Amino acid sequence: MNDLKRHSAQFRANGAGWLMASPAILLILIFLIVPFVLAFGLSFTNQRLLSPNPTEFVGMRNFEQLLGMGVLKLEPLPAPDEQVEGSDPEYPPLRNFTRNNPDYPHLNGMREWFSIPWGQDRVFVLAQDVLFIKALVNTVLFVAIVAPLQGGLALLLALMINQKLPGINIFRTIYFLPVVISIVVVSLLFRFIYDGNNGLLNTLLGYASFGAFKPVDWLGRTDTALAAIIGASIWQAVGFHMVIWLSGLQTIPVSLYEAADIDGATHLQKFRYVTWPGLRNTAVLILIVITIQAFSVFAQINLMTRGGPLDSTQTLVFQVVARGYEKQDIAGGSAISVLMFVFVLCISLAQRYLTRSKD
Amino acid sequence: MAGSVFIARRAGTAWSYALLILVALIFLIPIVFMVMSSFKPDQQLLSDSGSIRAFLPVGDLSLQNYVGAFERVPVALFVFNSVFVTAVTVVLSLLVCSLAGFSLAFLNWFGRDTVLAVIIATLIVPFETIAIPLLLMVAKLPWISTHGFEVGWLNTYHVQIIPWVADGLTVFLFVQYFRDLPRDLLEAARIDGASWWQVYRMVIMPLSGPVLATAAILKCLAMYNQYLWPLMVTQAEAYRPLMVGLQYFFQLNIAWGQVMAYLCIVSVPIIVLYLVLQRAFITSIASTGIKG
Repeated sequence: MNDLKRHSAQFRANGAGWLMASPAILLILIFLIVPFVLAFGLSFTNQRLLSPNPTEFVGMRNFEQLLGMGVLKLEPLPAPDEQVEGSDPEYPPLRNFTRNNPDYPHLNGMREWFSIPWGQDRVFVLAQDVLFIKALVNTVLFVAIVAPLQGGLALLLALMINQKLPGINIFRTIYFLPVVISIVVVSLLFRFIYDGNNGLLNTLLGYASFGAFKPVDWLGRTDTALAAIIGASIWQAVGFHMVIWLSGLQTIPVSLYEAADIDGATHLQKFRYVTWPGLRNTAVLILIVITIQAFSVFAQINLMTRGGPLDSTQTLVFQVVARGYEKQDIAGGSAISVLMFVFVLCISLAQRYLTRSKD
Repeated sequence: MAGSVFIARRAGTAWSYALLILVALIFLIPIVFMVMSSFKPDQQLLSDSGSIRAFLPVGDLSLQNYVGAFERVPVALFVFNSVFVTAVTVVLSLLVCSLAGFSLAFLNWFGRDTVLAVIIATLIVPFETIAIPLLLMVAKLPWISTHGFEVGWLNTYHVQIIPWVADGLTVFLFVQYFRDLPRDLLEAARIDGASWWQVYRMVIMPLSGPVLATAAILKCLAMYNQYLWPLMVTQAEAYRPLMVGLQYFFQLNIAWGQVMAYLCIVSVPIIVLYLVLQRAFITSIASTGIKG
């Protein structure tokens, strides 16, 4: 660093420096930083694309609309005498509480997200914007599964490719191949692979289980759709991170492995005490890169499920586009964008903090 | 004793290959399926996908799906649009970002460290979070063309190009690469009286082959495969790229054969490019992982 300072002092050049950097600075300023600031600004307004009313500052209202949640515990209605034993108890309708009820002003306009039994009673979890909350939960779930799974699988592939075997480069070429194919293409291809009737996946699973496997409509069921999208996403992107792991593996000095061999270390011990410590920086980088990419999941959703079935694959960016672009609710879309950026920032900082070197 | 070690090693190698091949199949099967299906009529495509025939070039093979895809979509126009937008963006990006990288790596100017920090910070802003305000903005930007003064960039080539020319990652790649170049060369050139522009063009650029290839490949992949932005800014068919053309196939009855043909048309150029330049592709991705 000292070395750098001393040298660059000789190259003091205010005019030339700014001039040469200015095209890039201007373009990044106009097309990245300005819209970024604009997103923040718009999220505090009621801007719509085509609206007869002038744009107004509405403070935190968009965020309250998105994040507003409430809890309501209800007792069952007294059962009518002729009710059969063991049948489900009835609860008073929620709208009694959420529509202009002066005793429950904080619940006004909310809808049911889900409910859980609570002894004799039932607890209802309500949200102002159930669709957004579902999109948020799905996105977090998507990131929480994809980041470790894709990172881990990529490391396994990298370890496999790092073996000194004849022809290993052919495998490296094949594993990386899906990375160059657009996620758009991959999404459509997997729509066909996941098909419930003639899908390739059902066929293969049928063969593997000698016909015992019952065909599943992977993208048409609420319990499999998100998992199916995760599978397709990992299939496409895992090669990218494999290559980054691989470059990390190749920076570990061979002498360390030789020393471990002399000490009689097993494969597992070598991984634990030589390989993994050498990959620390790579691990942080990969985790952050995958997290940012996974948070932005859009094309897969748009082309495979459009958020369905029953909103089980709604995601934040899908909602940003659905509101800000398709419904032209600029302010609503911007507010989700701002929240999304805040989440990405927090997670990146948290990952950096948790994976910091402990010395 | 030595023999059993030898056998164990042989067995280990065999297992390694078995695993490698199994994983390779997972990556290859969908691609082989895509290519094979594109030559089959819809009826056969659907019945074949229930058996091993899905991966084999069997039955009634023809180019009918490709003919159908060309009839449904102006393929030639979309190929041109995609290639044109990608190529122009890559060239401009290399120029603009390498100049900035040169300035940030070698020159010492007021505000340099702040600018570099901000550029690196932009790396964690996902494009999707700025897409809507950017769209709003470009809809109102002025432009001067042969038709005179215009307002609004929608449905043009430049709306697909200019916002993508400069990006934090590309600038950062150049800064990282330049920092590792020997500084003596610059000093020598300066003593000989070369201007900074001359140093950039005649000393640094000739040494920058690897980083130029890396930046070009990453940009090329990102631009060619782009989806959300062109979807939003090209309502007019004349400027649409290949990826947006996929929408044409999802009317009431999906003609899967044609879809597969179109997916092949879209993917084959980039796959061929990758296979030809695979070493450069893999090195370029790897170099994004080396932290500075």
